[in-house]
Amino acid sequence: MAVAALDQRRAWEAAAAVPDPEVPCVTVADLGILRDVRIEDGAAVARVSPTYSGCPATLAIEMAIEVALREAGFEARIERVLSPAWTTDWISAEGREKLRDYGIAPPEGGRGKRALFGEESVTCPRCGSTHTERLSEFGSTACKAQYRCTACAEPFDYFKCI
Amino acid sequence: MALADALLELADDHLVLGHRVSEWCGHAPMLEEDLAMPNMALDLIGTARSLYSRAGELEGKGRDEDDLAYFRGERDYRNILLVERPNGDFAQTMLRQLYFAAFMEPYWTAALESPDEAVRGIAGKAVKEMAYHVRHAGEWVIRLGDGTEESARRMAEAVEELHPYTGELFDEGTGDAALPSRASMRDEWEATLKNIFAQALLDWPGEVVPMAGGRHGNHGEQLGHMLAEMQSLARAHPGVTW
Repeated sequence: MAVAALDQRRAWEAAAAVPDPEVPCVTVADLGILRDVRIEDGAAVARVSPTYSGCPATLAIEMAIEVALREAGFEARIERVLSPAWTTDWISAEGREKLRDYGIAPPEGGRGKRALFGEESVTCPRCGSTHTERLSEFGSTACKAQYRCTACAEPFDYFKCI
Repeated sequence: MALADALLELADDHLVLGHRVSEWCGHAPMLEEDLAMPNMALDLIGTARSLYSRAGELEGKGRDEDDLAYFRGERDYRNILLVERPNGDFAQTMLRQLYFAAFMEPYWTAALESPDEAVRGIAGKAVKEMAYHVRHAGEWVIRLGDGTEESARRMAEAVEELHPYTGELFDEGTGDAALPSRASMRDEWEATLKNIFAQALLDWPGEVVPMAGGRHGNHGEQLGHMLAEMQSLARAHPGVTW
Protein backbone atom coordinates (compact mmCIF):
# COMPACT_ATOMS: atom_id res chain seq x y z
CA MET A 1 0.00 0.00 0.00
CA ALA A 2 2.81 2.37 0.94
CA VAL A 3 4.55 1.55 -2.34
CA ALA A 4 1.36 2.21 -4.27
CA ALA A 5 0.96 5.60 -2.60
CA LEU A 6 4.58 6.40 -3.38
CA ASP A 7 4.10 5.41 -7.03
CA GLN A 8 1.00 7.54 -7.27
CA ARG A 9 2.88 10.52 -5.89
CA ARG A 10 5.79 9.98 -8.27
CA ALA A 11 3.42 9.66 -11.24
CA TRP A 12 1.62 12.85 -10.26
CA GLU A 13 4.91 14.74 -9.97
CA ALA A 14 6.05 13.52 -13.39
CA ALA A 15 2.77 14.51 -15.07
CA ALA A 16 2.34 17.75 -13.13
CA ALA A 17 5.70 19.13 -14.30
CA VAL A 18 4.67 19.09 -17.98
CA PRO A 19 4.58 22.67 -19.30
CA ASP A 20 1.73 24.03 -21.38
CA PRO A 21 2.90 24.05 -25.02
CA GLU A 22 1.41 27.49 -25.75
CA VAL A 23 2.18 29.14 -22.41
CA PRO A 24 5.32 27.31 -21.28
CA CYS A 25 5.73 29.39 -18.08
CA VAL A 26 2.93 27.37 -16.46
CA THR A 27 2.51 23.64 -16.02
CA VAL A 28 -0.57 21.53 -16.66
CA ALA A 29 -0.99 21.33 -12.88
CA ASP A 30 -0.80 25.14 -12.49
CA LEU A 31 -3.54 25.49 -15.10
CA GLY A 32 -5.71 22.90 -13.38
CA ILE A 33 -6.15 20.85 -16.55
CA LEU A 34 -4.43 17.83 -15.00
CA ARG A 35 -7.26 16.60 -12.78
CA ASP A 36 -5.58 13.60 -11.15
CA VAL A 37 -3.22 10.70 -11.71
CA ARG A 38 -4.06 7.27 -10.36
CA ILE A 39 -2.36 3.90 -10.52
CA GLU A 40 -4.77 1.34 -11.98
CA ASP A 41 -3.66 -2.24 -12.66
CA GLY A 42 -0.04 -1.14 -12.66
CA ALA A 43 -0.58 1.70 -15.15
CA ALA A 44 -0.63 5.43 -14.45
CA VAL A 45 -3.94 6.93 -15.59
CA ALA A 46 -3.93 10.72 -16.00
CA ARG A 47 -7.25 12.50 -16.24
CA VAL A 48 -7.06 15.68 -18.30
CA SER A 49 -9.66 18.41 -18.97
CA PRO A 50 -9.34 20.46 -22.17
CA THR A 51 -9.52 24.23 -21.77
CA TYR A 52 -11.61 24.97 -24.86
CA SER A 53 -13.63 22.56 -27.05
CA GLY A 54 -11.41 23.23 -30.01
CA CYS A 55 -8.10 23.88 -28.27
CA PRO A 56 -5.53 22.59 -30.77
CA ALA A 57 -3.06 22.01 -27.94
CA THR A 58 -5.24 19.38 -26.25
CA LEU A 59 -3.71 16.46 -28.11
CA ALA A 60 -0.16 17.80 -27.71
CA ILE A 61 -0.73 18.19 -23.97
CA GLU A 62 -2.08 14.66 -23.63
CA MET A 63 0.86 13.24 -25.55
CA ALA A 64 3.37 15.22 -23.48
CA ILE A 65 1.83 13.92 -20.25
CA GLU A 66 1.88 10.37 -21.56
CA VAL A 67 5.55 10.71 -22.54
CA ALA A 68 6.43 12.20 -19.14
CA LEU A 69 4.76 9.27 -17.37
CA ARG A 70 6.53 6.72 -19.58
CA GLU A 71 9.87 8.42 -19.00
CA ALA A 72 9.22 8.11 -15.27
CA GLY A 73 8.85 4.38 -15.83
CA PHE A 74 5.07 3.97 -15.88
CA GLU A 75 2.74 2.33 -18.29
CA ALA A 76 0.55 5.34 -19.09
CA ARG A 77 -2.98 6.07 -20.20
CA ILE A 78 -4.81 9.37 -20.68
CA GLU A 79 -8.50 9.90 -19.99
CA ARG A 80 -10.11 13.07 -21.35
CA VAL A 81 -12.65 14.50 -18.90
CA LEU A 82 -15.27 16.95 -20.18
CA SER A 83 -17.49 17.09 -17.12
CA PRO A 84 -17.22 19.19 -15.03
CA ALA A 85 -15.98 21.72 -17.58
CA TRP A 86 -12.61 23.35 -16.95
CA THR A 87 -12.81 26.88 -15.66
CA THR A 88 -10.14 29.53 -15.15
CA ASP A 89 -11.03 29.29 -11.43
CA TRP A 90 -8.90 26.12 -11.45
CA ILE A 91 -5.69 28.04 -12.24
CA SER A 92 -3.66 27.97 -9.02
CA ALA A 93 -2.48 31.09 -7.20
CA GLU A 94 1.07 30.13 -8.14
CA GLY A 95 0.01 29.71 -11.78
CA ARG A 96 -1.51 33.20 -11.75
CA GLU A 97 1.76 34.67 -10.45
CA LYS A 98 3.75 32.84 -13.13
CA LEU A 99 1.43 34.18 -15.83
CA ARG A 100 1.82 37.73 -14.56
CA ASP A 101 5.62 37.43 -14.47
CA TYR A 102 5.48 36.13 -18.04
CA GLY A 103 3.57 39.23 -19.18
CA ILE A 104 0.12 37.66 -19.42
CA ALA A 105 -2.61 39.16 -17.24
CA PRO A 106 -4.22 36.26 -15.32
CA PRO A 107 -8.02 35.90 -15.34
CA GLU A 108 -9.66 38.15 -12.80
CA GLY A 109 -12.64 37.51 -10.59
CA GLY A 110 -14.82 34.45 -10.54
CA ARG A 111 -16.44 33.00 -13.59
CA GLY A 112 -20.02 33.87 -14.23
CA LYS A 113 -22.29 35.22 -16.84
CA ARG A 114 -21.29 38.76 -17.62
CA ALA A 115 -23.60 41.43 -18.89
CA LEU A 116 -23.69 41.21 -22.68
CA PHE A 117 -21.11 43.89 -23.32
CA GLY A 118 -19.79 44.32 -19.79
CA GLU A 119 -16.06 45.02 -19.79
CA GLU A 120 -13.87 43.20 -17.35
CA SER A 121 -11.51 45.34 -15.36
CA VAL A 122 -8.07 44.00 -16.28
CA THR A 123 -4.82 44.93 -14.56
CA CYS A 124 -1.72 45.56 -16.70
CA PRO A 125 0.82 42.80 -15.92
CA ARG A 126 3.72 45.25 -16.44
CA CYS A 127 2.83 48.40 -14.53
CA GLY A 128 -0.19 47.31 -12.49
CA SER A 129 -2.47 50.03 -13.84
CA THR A 130 -6.15 49.24 -14.29
CA HIS A 131 -6.41 51.79 -17.09
CA THR A 132 -6.52 49.20 -19.83
CA GLU A 133 -8.65 48.64 -22.90
CA ARG A 134 -9.53 45.58 -24.93
CA LEU A 135 -8.16 45.53 -28.47
CA SER A 136 -9.49 42.18 -29.56
CA GLU A 137 -11.59 39.37 -28.12
CA PHE A 138 -8.92 36.92 -29.31
CA GLY A 139 -5.17 37.03 -28.89
CA SER A 140 -2.58 34.49 -30.00
CA THR A 141 -4.78 31.63 -28.78
CA ALA A 142 -8.50 31.15 -28.09
CA CYS A 143 -7.92 31.41 -24.35
CA LYS A 144 -6.41 34.89 -24.52
CA ALA A 145 -7.66 38.36 -25.47
CA GLN A 146 -5.53 41.30 -26.51
CA TYR A 147 -5.44 44.35 -24.27
CA ARG A 148 -3.52 47.60 -24.17
CA CYS A 149 -2.48 49.55 -21.09
CA THR A 150 -3.25 53.24 -21.50
CA ALA A 151 -0.88 54.10 -18.61
CA CYS A 152 2.34 52.46 -19.82
CA ALA A 153 1.16 52.06 -23.45
CA GLU A 154 2.20 48.41 -23.62
CA PRO A 155 -0.04 45.84 -25.33
CA PHE A 156 -0.48 42.57 -23.45
CA ASP A 157 -2.33 39.26 -23.52
CA TYR A 158 -5.13 38.66 -21.03
CA PHE A 159 -6.01 35.11 -20.07
CA LYS A 160 -9.78 35.23 -20.47
CA CYS A 161 -11.99 34.33 -17.59
CA ILE A 162 -14.30 31.42 -18.47
CA MET B 1 -32.12 5.81 -30.87
CA ALA B 2 -33.59 9.30 -30.70
CA LEU B 3 -30.78 10.86 -28.66
CA ALA B 4 -28.16 9.69 -31.16
CA ASP B 5 -30.14 11.26 -34.03
CA ALA B 6 -30.75 14.47 -32.11
CA LEU B 7 -27.05 14.77 -31.26
CA LEU B 8 -26.17 14.16 -34.90
CA GLU B 9 -28.37 17.12 -35.90
CA LEU B 10 -26.61 19.33 -33.37
CA ALA B 11 -23.20 18.06 -34.45
CA ASP B 12 -23.97 18.78 -38.11
CA ASP B 13 -25.00 22.34 -37.23
CA HIS B 14 -21.68 22.88 -35.45
CA LEU B 15 -19.44 21.24 -38.02
CA VAL B 16 -21.01 22.98 -41.02
CA LEU B 17 -20.92 26.39 -39.35
CA GLY B 18 -17.40 25.72 -38.08
CA HIS B 19 -16.24 24.90 -41.59
CA ARG B 20 -17.92 28.00 -43.00
CA VAL B 21 -16.25 30.21 -40.38
CA SER B 22 -12.89 28.55 -41.07
CA GLU B 23 -13.19 29.67 -44.71
CA TRP B 24 -12.34 33.17 -43.44
CA CYS B 25 -8.90 32.04 -42.29
CA GLY B 26 -6.44 34.22 -44.17
CA HIS B 27 -9.23 36.36 -45.66
CA ALA B 28 -10.64 38.32 -42.73
CA PRO B 29 -10.71 42.12 -43.04
CA MET B 30 -8.07 42.71 -40.34
CA LEU B 31 -5.49 40.76 -38.37
CA GLU B 32 -7.53 40.61 -35.16
CA GLU B 33 -10.43 39.08 -37.03
CA ASP B 34 -8.12 36.72 -38.85
CA LEU B 35 -7.22 35.36 -35.39
CA ALA B 36 -10.78 35.45 -34.14
CA MET B 37 -12.38 33.53 -37.01
CA PRO B 38 -10.25 30.36 -36.84
CA ASN B 39 -10.52 30.40 -33.05
CA MET B 40 -14.29 30.45 -33.24
CA ALA B 41 -14.26 27.82 -35.97
CA LEU B 42 -12.18 25.63 -33.64
CA ASP B 43 -14.74 26.06 -30.85
CA LEU B 44 -17.52 24.94 -33.16
CA ILE B 45 -15.58 22.04 -34.66
CA GLY B 46 -14.41 20.95 -31.20
CA THR B 47 -18.02 20.86 -30.00
CA ALA B 48 -19.01 18.95 -33.16
CA ARG B 49 -16.32 16.33 -32.48
CA SER B 50 -17.60 15.67 -28.98
CA LEU B 51 -21.19 15.49 -30.24
CA TYR B 52 -20.31 13.09 -33.06
CA SER B 53 -18.38 10.86 -30.67
CA ARG B 54 -21.32 10.64 -28.27
CA ALA B 55 -23.80 10.13 -31.14
CA GLY B 56 -21.65 7.33 -32.58
CA GLU B 57 -21.37 5.68 -29.18
CA LEU B 58 -25.16 5.75 -28.65
CA GLU B 59 -25.82 4.61 -32.20
CA GLY B 60 -23.72 1.50 -31.55
CA LYS B 61 -22.73 0.84 -35.16
CA GLY B 62 -19.05 1.46 -34.54
CA ARG B 63 -18.98 4.80 -36.37
CA ASP B 64 -16.58 7.34 -34.90
CA GLU B 65 -16.44 11.13 -35.33
CA ASP B 66 -14.52 10.88 -38.60
CA ASP B 67 -16.94 8.37 -40.13
CA LEU B 68 -19.85 10.62 -39.26
CA ALA B 69 -18.21 13.82 -40.52
CA TYR B 70 -16.54 12.55 -43.70
CA PHE B 71 -18.52 9.58 -44.93
CA ARG B 72 -22.08 10.84 -45.00
CA GLY B 73 -23.43 12.55 -48.10
CA GLU B 74 -25.32 15.78 -48.40
CA ARG B 75 -28.77 14.19 -48.02
CA ASP B 76 -27.64 12.53 -44.79
CA TYR B 77 -26.57 15.84 -43.26
CA ARG B 78 -29.21 17.18 -40.87
CA ASN B 79 -27.97 20.73 -40.23
CA ILE B 80 -30.34 23.66 -40.49
CA LEU B 81 -30.04 25.78 -43.63
CA LEU B 82 -28.86 28.89 -41.77
CA VAL B 83 -25.43 27.42 -40.98
CA GLU B 84 -24.69 26.29 -44.53
CA ARG B 85 -25.40 29.69 -46.06
CA PRO B 86 -22.31 30.96 -47.88
CA ASN B 87 -20.23 33.48 -45.94
CA GLY B 88 -21.19 36.41 -48.16
CA ASP B 89 -19.59 39.58 -46.85
CA PHE B 90 -18.41 40.13 -43.28
CA ALA B 91 -21.78 41.60 -42.27
CA GLN B 92 -23.54 38.44 -43.37
CA THR B 93 -21.07 36.17 -41.60
CA MET B 94 -21.36 38.12 -38.34
CA LEU B 95 -25.14 38.15 -38.44
CA ARG B 96 -25.28 34.40 -39.11
CA GLN B 97 -22.91 33.89 -36.16
CA LEU B 98 -25.07 36.05 -33.92
CA TYR B 99 -28.30 34.28 -34.91
CA PHE B 100 -26.73 30.91 -34.14
CA ALA B 101 -24.81 31.78 -30.97
CA ALA B 102 -27.73 33.68 -29.43
CA PHE B 103 -29.73 30.47 -29.80
CA MET B 104 -27.05 28.06 -28.58
CA GLU B 105 -26.15 30.00 -25.44
CA PRO B 106 -29.53 29.50 -23.71
CA TYR B 107 -29.80 26.04 -25.27
CA TRP B 108 -26.53 24.86 -23.71
CA THR B 109 -27.46 26.56 -20.45
CA ALA B 110 -30.61 24.41 -20.33
CA ALA B 111 -28.61 21.33 -21.42
CA LEU B 112 -26.45 21.65 -18.29
CA GLU B 113 -29.35 19.85 -16.56
CA SER B 114 -29.43 16.96 -19.07
CA PRO B 115 -29.64 13.45 -17.58
CA ASP B 116 -26.91 12.41 -20.07
CA GLU B 117 -23.49 13.01 -18.52
CA ALA B 118 -21.72 13.45 -21.85
CA VAL B 119 -24.26 16.09 -22.90
CA ARG B 120 -23.72 17.94 -19.61
CA GLY B 121 -19.97 17.91 -20.20
CA ILE B 122 -20.27 19.21 -23.76
CA ALA B 123 -22.77 21.87 -22.65
CA GLY B 124 -20.51 22.99 -19.82
CA LYS B 125 -17.73 23.83 -22.25
CA ALA B 126 -19.86 25.14 -25.09
CA VAL B 127 -21.98 27.52 -23.02
CA LYS B 128 -18.94 29.59 -22.08
CA GLU B 129 -17.73 29.70 -25.66
CA MET B 130 -21.12 30.73 -27.03
CA ALA B 131 -21.19 33.61 -24.54
CA TYR B 132 -18.21 35.25 -26.21
CA HIS B 133 -19.37 34.31 -29.71
CA VAL B 134 -22.53 36.32 -28.97
CA ARG B 135 -20.46 39.19 -27.64
CA HIS B 136 -18.05 39.20 -30.58
CA ALA B 137 -20.71 38.93 -33.30
CA GLY B 138 -23.04 41.33 -31.47
CA GLU B 139 -20.36 43.99 -31.33
CA TRP B 140 -19.81 43.68 -35.08
CA VAL B 141 -23.50 43.81 -35.89
CA ILE B 142 -23.77 47.02 -33.86
CA ARG B 143 -20.58 48.52 -35.32
CA LEU B 144 -21.65 47.83 -38.89
CA GLY B 145 -25.36 48.58 -38.45
CA ASP B 146 -24.61 51.89 -36.75
CA GLY B 147 -21.60 52.61 -38.95
CA THR B 148 -21.20 54.21 -42.33
CA GLU B 149 -23.93 54.42 -44.95
CA GLU B 150 -22.25 51.54 -46.78
CA SER B 151 -21.87 49.29 -43.72
CA ALA B 152 -25.47 49.99 -42.62
CA ARG B 153 -26.73 49.08 -46.09
CA ARG B 154 -24.81 45.81 -46.04
CA MET B 155 -26.01 44.94 -42.55
CA ALA B 156 -29.63 45.58 -43.55
CA GLU B 157 -29.13 43.39 -46.61
CA ALA B 158 -27.70 40.64 -44.42
CA VAL B 159 -30.85 40.75 -42.27
CA GLU B 160 -33.04 40.50 -45.35
CA GLU B 161 -30.99 37.59 -46.67
CA LEU B 162 -30.66 35.54 -43.47
CA HIS B 163 -33.71 36.25 -41.32
CA PRO B 164 -35.94 33.78 -43.22
CA TYR B 165 -33.57 30.99 -42.14
CA THR B 166 -33.89 31.66 -38.41
CA GLY B 167 -37.26 29.91 -37.92
CA GLU B 168 -35.61 26.52 -38.38
CA LEU B 169 -33.55 27.11 -35.23
CA PHE B 170 -36.72 26.47 -33.22
CA ASP B 171 -37.92 23.32 -35.03
CA GLU B 172 -37.69 20.46 -32.58
CA GLY B 173 -36.28 18.06 -35.18
CA THR B 174 -35.79 14.57 -33.75
CA GLY B 175 -35.66 15.90 -30.22
CA ASP B 176 -35.07 13.83 -27.12
CA ALA B 177 -36.00 14.03 -23.46
CA ALA B 178 -32.28 14.35 -22.65
CA LEU B 179 -32.10 17.63 -24.59
CA PRO B 180 -33.86 20.98 -24.10
CA SER B 181 -36.89 21.96 -26.15
CA ARG B 182 -35.69 24.15 -29.02
CA ALA B 183 -38.94 26.10 -29.28
CA SER B 184 -38.60 27.24 -25.66
CA MET B 185 -35.46 29.23 -26.58
CA ARG B 186 -37.40 31.66 -28.74
CA ASP B 187 -38.13 34.33 -26.12
CA GLU B 188 -34.54 34.63 -24.94
CA TRP B 189 -33.20 34.55 -28.50
CA GLU B 190 -35.58 37.30 -29.58
CA ALA B 191 -34.76 39.42 -26.54
CA THR B 192 -31.01 39.17 -27.26
CA LEU B 193 -31.47 39.92 -30.95
CA LYS B 194 -33.88 42.80 -30.45
CA ASN B 195 -31.55 44.40 -27.91
CA ILE B 196 -28.65 44.25 -30.38
CA PHE B 197 -30.77 45.29 -33.38
CA ALA B 198 -31.93 48.37 -31.47
CA GLN B 199 -28.33 49.38 -30.77
CA ALA B 200 -27.40 48.62 -34.38
CA LEU B 201 -30.28 50.82 -35.64
CA LEU B 202 -31.63 47.83 -37.55
CA ASP B 203 -35.34 47.24 -38.04
CA TRP B 204 -36.68 44.01 -36.62
CA PRO B 205 -38.12 42.15 -39.62
CA GLY B 206 -41.85 41.51 -39.73
CA GLU B 207 -43.27 38.21 -40.90
CA VAL B 208 -40.94 36.47 -43.33
CA VAL B 209 -41.47 33.41 -45.50
CA PRO B 210 -39.55 30.75 -43.56
CA MET B 211 -36.86 28.71 -45.26
CA ALA B 212 -36.40 25.22 -43.81
CA GLY B 213 -35.71 21.62 -44.78
CA GLY B 214 -32.18 20.93 -43.58
CA ARG B 215 -33.37 18.68 -40.75
CA HIS B 216 -34.90 16.42 -43.42
CA GLY B 217 -31.79 16.44 -45.59
CA ASN B 218 -33.17 18.99 -48.07
CA HIS B 219 -30.29 21.41 -48.51
CA GLY B 220 -29.33 24.28 -50.74
CA GLU B 221 -26.86 23.51 -53.49
CA GLN B 222 -24.04 25.19 -51.57
CA LEU B 223 -23.80 22.45 -48.94
CA GLY B 224 -22.76 19.89 -51.56
CA HIS B 225 -19.90 22.10 -52.70
CA MET B 226 -18.79 22.65 -49.14
CA LEU B 227 -18.88 18.95 -48.26
CA ALA B 228 -17.02 18.04 -51.45
CA GLU B 229 -14.14 20.23 -50.35
CA MET B 230 -14.31 19.22 -46.70
CA GLN B 231 -14.55 15.47 -47.34
CA SER B 232 -12.29 15.00 -50.37
CA LEU B 233 -9.08 14.23 -48.47
CA ALA B 234 -10.67 11.72 -46.11
CA ARG B 235 -12.39 9.99 -49.03
CA ALA B 236 -9.30 9.88 -51.25
CA HIS B 237 -7.25 8.39 -48.41
CA PRO B 238 -9.66 6.53 -46.10
CA GLY B 239 -8.23 6.12 -42.61
CA VAL B 240 -5.42 8.60 -43.22
CA THR B 241 -3.77 10.07 -40.12
CA TRP B 242 -1.40 13.01 -39.86
